[in-house]
Amino acid sequence: MIHSLFLVNASGDIFLEKHWKSVVSRSVCDYFFEAVERATEPENVPPVIPTPHHCLINVLRQRVYFVAVIQSEVPPLFVIEFLHRVVDTFQDYFGVCTEAAVKDNVVVVYELLEEMLDNGFPLATESNILKELIKPPTILRTVVNTITGSTNVGEQLPTGQLSVVPWRRTGVKYTNNEAYFDVVEEIDAIIDKSGSTITAEIQGVIDACVKLTGMPDLTLSFMNPRLLDDVSFHPCVRFKRWEAERILSFVPPDGNFRLLSYHVSSQNLVAIPVYVKHNISFREGSSQGRFELTLGPKQTMGKAVESVLVSSQLPRGVLNANLSPSQGTYTFDPVTKLLSWDVGKINPQKLPSLKGSMSLQTGASKPDENPTINLQFKIQQLAVSGLKVNRLDMYGEKYKPFKGIKYMTKAGKFQVRT
Amino acid sequence: MLLSVTGEIFELKAELNNEKKEKRKEAVKKVIAAMTVGKDVSSLFPDVVNCMQTDNLELKKLVYLYLMNYAKSQPDMAIMAVNSFVKDCEDPNPLIRALAVRTMGCIRVDKITEYLCEPLRKCLKDEDPYVRKTAAVCVAKLHDINAQMVEDQGFLDSLRDLIADSNPMVVANAVAALSEISESHPNSNLLDLNPQNINKLLTALNECTEWGQIFILDCLSNYNPKDEREAQSICERVTPRLSHANSAVVLSAVKVLMKFLELLPKDSDYYNTLLKKLSPPLVTLLSGEPEVQYVALRNINLIVQKRPEILKQEIKVFFVKYNDPIYVKLEKLDIMIRLASHANIAQVLAELKEYATEVDVDFVRKAVRAIGRCAIKVEQSAERCVSTLLDLIQTKVNYVVQEAIVVIRDIFRKYPNKYESIIATLCENLDSLDEPDARAAMIWIVGEYAERIDNADELLESFLEGFHDESTQVQLTLLTAIVKLFLKKPSETQELVQQVLSLATQDSDNPDLRDRGYIYWRLLSTDPVTAKEVVLSEKPLISEETDLIEPTLLDELICHIGSLASVYHKPPNAFVEGSHGIHHNCILMLIVYNTGHYCPSGDLLGDLLNLDLGPPVNVPQGSSMQIGAVDLLGGGLDSLLGGDLGGGVGGSPAVGQNFIPSSVPNTFAPSPTPAALSSGLNDLFELSSGMSIATGGYVASKTVSITGHYVHMFYCLYFFCCVFSFGVIPTTPLAMHTPLMPSQSIDISLPLNTIGPVMKMDPLNNLQVAVKNNIDVFYFSTLIPLSVFFVEDGKMERQVFLATWKDIPNENELQYQIKDCHLNADTVSGKLQNNNIYTIAKRNVEGQDMLYQSLKLTNGIWILAELRIQPGNPNYTLSLKCRAPEVSQYVYQMYDAILKN
Repeated sequence: MIHSLFLVNASGDIFLEKHWKSVVSRSVCDYFFEAVERATEPENVPPVIPTPHHCLINVLRQRVYFVAVIQSEVPPLFVIEFLHRVVDTFQDYFGVCTEAAVKDNVVVVYELLEEMLDNGFPLATESNILKELIKPPTILRTVVNTITGSTNVGEQLPTGQLSVVPWRRTGVKYTNNEAYFDVVEEIDAIIDKSGSTITAEIQGVIDACVKLTGMPDLTLSFMNPRLLDDVSFHPCVRFKRWEAERILSFVPPDGNFRLLSYHVSSQNLVAIPVYVKHNISFREGSSQGRFELTLGPKQTMGKAVESVLVSSQLPRGVLNANLSPSQGTYTFDPVTKLLSWDVGKINPQKLPSLKGSMSLQTGASKPDENPTINLQFKIQQLAVSGLKVNRLDMYGEKYKPFKGIKYMTKAGKFQVRT
Repeated sequence: MLLSVTGEIFELKAELNNEKKEKRKEAVKKVIAAMTVGKDVSSLFPDVVNCMQTDNLELKKLVYLYLMNYAKSQPDMAIMAVNSFVKDCEDPNPLIRALAVRTMGCIRVDKITEYLCEPLRKCLKDEDPYVRKTAAVCVAKLHDINAQMVEDQGFLDSLRDLIADSNPMVVANAVAALSEISESHPNSNLLDLNPQNINKLLTALNECTEWGQIFILDCLSNYNPKDEREAQSICERVTPRLSHANSAVVLSAVKVLMKFLELLPKDSDYYNTLLKKLSPPLVTLLSGEPEVQYVALRNINLIVQKRPEILKQEIKVFFVKYNDPIYVKLEKLDIMIRLASHANIAQVLAELKEYATEVDVDFVRKAVRAIGRCAIKVEQSAERCVSTLLDLIQTKVNYVVQEAIVVIRDIFRKYPNKYESIIATLCENLDSLDEPDARAAMIWIVGEYAERIDNADELLESFLEGFHDESTQVQLTLLTAIVKLFLKKPSETQELVQQVLSLATQDSDNPDLRDRGYIYWRLLSTDPVTAKEVVLSEKPLISEETDLIEPTLLDELICHIGSLASVYHKPPNAFVEGSHGIHHNCILMLIVYNTGHYCPSGDLLGDLLNLDLGPPVNVPQGSSMQIGAVDLLGGGLDSLLGGDLGGGVGGSPAVGQNFIPSSVPNTFAPSPTPAALSSGLNDLFELSSGMSIATGGYVASKTVSITGHYVHMFYCLYFFCCVFSFGVIPTTPLAMHTPLMPSQSIDISLPLNTIGPVMKMDPLNNLQVAVKNNIDVFYFSTLIPLSVFFVEDGKMERQVFLATWKDIPNENELQYQIKDCHLNADTVSGKLQNNNIYTIAKRNVEGQDMLYQSLKLTNGIWILAELRIQPGNPNYTLSLKCRAPEVSQYVYQMYDAILKN
């Protein structure tokens, strides 16, 4: 099981270590540092690094590497999922999961890690349970604690720990009972030079914010559940009911949680809401290159495409770019060669464009690589897969909750090749 | 540094003893904070333990955190905490009961574990499931510290009972604990899986946490269903896990299903439905974070080799995004080629061509290579691949061209007489090739198709100019190519071939090159016709897929989907083998002393130094190795150096090694004795060690002792560690906290066992030891007599012996002479038996005594021996047979040593 955890910052310092079994010397991280040195970018460090006696598994978040040390055969995904949970928990407790946040709350971090694993076995990883055991630090609570002498550690056995619904605590009370669901879909796509789609798929999630008194039992049904053939559920969802009736039936956790994530694969036709016209060219022997980019809406079902951001890694040979955008602002970093253009909203009547020239090193040959254009955008009130919630019902409690559903489509990894 | 920490510690000490509870809590928090960043706050132990008696849960937890970290280094102090623990185990609050039993298990101190047994027994039967599930994990912890005790106390049975517990979390933890324990007992059937408890596990699977589900699924995958009906019913109940949000649950479920698929009839509807169900969850894993993708891709790589039909429709999800991390890109590329088929080759090729213009050089190279692999794999696409490669060569990007030429050579080998028309284009790029692989490939092409290249002789001659600067690979290829050219066009190239033959045979030091040169030379000079037949013979076509994992290994890896093995693509025993050792006792003797030449300059040690400037202790270099010398434990330095004690091996080589300091510590400064300056740090300490076994030979979990004699200057010795081919590690690290005064010596014992990680050492019985003291860490290595690892149950049955002897191939038999030995057969048997070498049979053949003997090592290797004793002849003949013949030599040394004293 998980033996130890080291937190390493971008400059290669170990700023926190935690051992759940015997102490493993820091020197084991040398293998990790070697791997970091070999990698060209911090993101390129391989997640699983074998060493003669241990295996190091790491994830990188907010410029902090979480390096887990394991000594026996443990499923690597088990370790990775656990590390993700650690990151989520820190984020939940401290707002961000940065080196500074961890250092400022080092004792809480230590208490949390101790609660999350016992002898390398996960113990309490649900944020609901953890928050009952160790209350998150807030300014108010620190003040109250100093006055009253109370602590931020719960005195009682967390109620959810052993119940049939470990994700929900008992005795929840709200004056306003509300349940909000966000259907968020991200389009991952690769579009080739000519504008035709090479791959496109939709990663969807339904995130919920449920603040309901007592033990509500909810059902959520869809107009077109057949779209959902590849789904991952929160443990609260009753799988049998879904298999039989295609209805989501569950006792929700309290607060924010991800009810379900789904995948609509490339087999189904995915609507591409934006098109890009581009002309990025260099001529042999010339130190100038041309750059032209025009964006336009495609299949948007009449909704506006907003928060559009274009970025592209220009070839290394490009010294500078002299461009003029028809709307929004652009920046070009001559060191990283990263071009980014904050477009804003696309107006179908007046298509946004970015045109101009790029200067190359004099005498340098024409760059070999073709830059890829990365696109971000948002479309409100649209789930591009066509998924629609039919109704939400509550059983088990008497009050009438306030219900709300929101749809949104975003670009995920949306790339246009040139 | 040292002083500033000391100042901080004084402050904390005062705060810890403050009468206000709040102040104390804040102080403990500060202590923990210091501990987490690696500062040594162990000296505050008594003060922190004093804070443990409190009704404040947070304070208690903090103190527990501290205890877990430092109890090991302060075992005597830790005992002070035992009472509070035992009391807490009776607390009415289950949270406190669980916390106490959990913490006690984390304190890896023998004295504490003794007190843990009773509370643990109660907690395993506690009315509260939270306590029971915590206790289950505690059994695994205790087993790690003292396996024998766990077995003796019947805790394993209690764990097995918990599998039938009513609470799913308790079941999951019991399974997890048993799985971990069984890792160190490979043969024991701890988790006796039968249809009843499988049913219990399946029930718990639905209700326990995600982590519990992983434990249970991994456990299920070890079960062998009795028939296909059972296999199908398990699959049906596992399938819902494929929709879990936790990717580890999904992959563990995939493992169970992939394994049980084998048992289902291939033509059944269910089989096909199941195959279809496996595809979406695998695709979904690829939309996770990059690290999840990486592990998923490594596993998918195995799955597509075993059952390509599962993902054959999904090739697009493996298309590379430009901002994927490189490790994801490379894995995706590999899978794309495996899935490439006639149906999708156009898309795949278009993608590969796109990748070949990316920025990352490694990735571009692999993409170009992939195009070649596609050509070889999908015959219909070969032409397209070749034209794509030609397009890439036109880009003139140096590494692209080189990589392309390497793969084109393979395409030529696969499809002879088809694409040779492009040779002219290839030759244009000759000058730009600077990598050995590419040069060799080009030379091979020129040689192979010399008859179609008009200026082949000129081309090859151009390479010949810098012959000696080329890599061996290029030299060998060039030699062969020129010989081929000569055989094809003998008239014009006679001079060239002579030149290359003389370069290869006369001017080169490389034996391979010389040999090959001579062979060609002889062939050409004796029989040119045969030479032609040999050199220009028809070559077998290269196989379609060269990089497939070998089928038996693939099957094994499929059974380990989701595990480390599946990521490494190596069978689990390749990196954890031997970690399943048995506890074994041996005694390591260590003598460290200081010759007094060097001393630290720090104030703290100044006084010690002044005492220390007398003449260096005169100790001979090296030491002797002792076997079976129990009395050495009590003996001092002199008695050890006296040599022949008890069963000491007189003839063994001196094994004391000088210290090799890991670094030159800044605190060292030359002492006022300038003469010593030149002698280097090796003079700082000399160290010798001995190793012996207790009279009982190997007795599981009995403790092992180290005797250390430290003379002079050792202010404090902290830590001790051994690594070894047989997985020897100390069960607990050793720590001494009382300073050693000059000339003072202390005996300490260090229990060792063989459950540590295994690394093959050279020599095999090499033992590495690290000693950390207040000055620095020092490493040394020594040899352990192999007999320490001879186990007591090394006696083989006669029949087994006969069969095994025959079974081991004859080339594994090694013969040795034991010279100058004047013992009769019975004495020999007796002496050897005392060292766990057992005589199985004795025969008298033509006046000679033949002894047949067996012994077994802790890692399970058997060694069979035949010892021939001729009356009147002091030289015995020893024949050893073993499946791992590399140990034979060491066994022989032990025979020699045992018989000679």
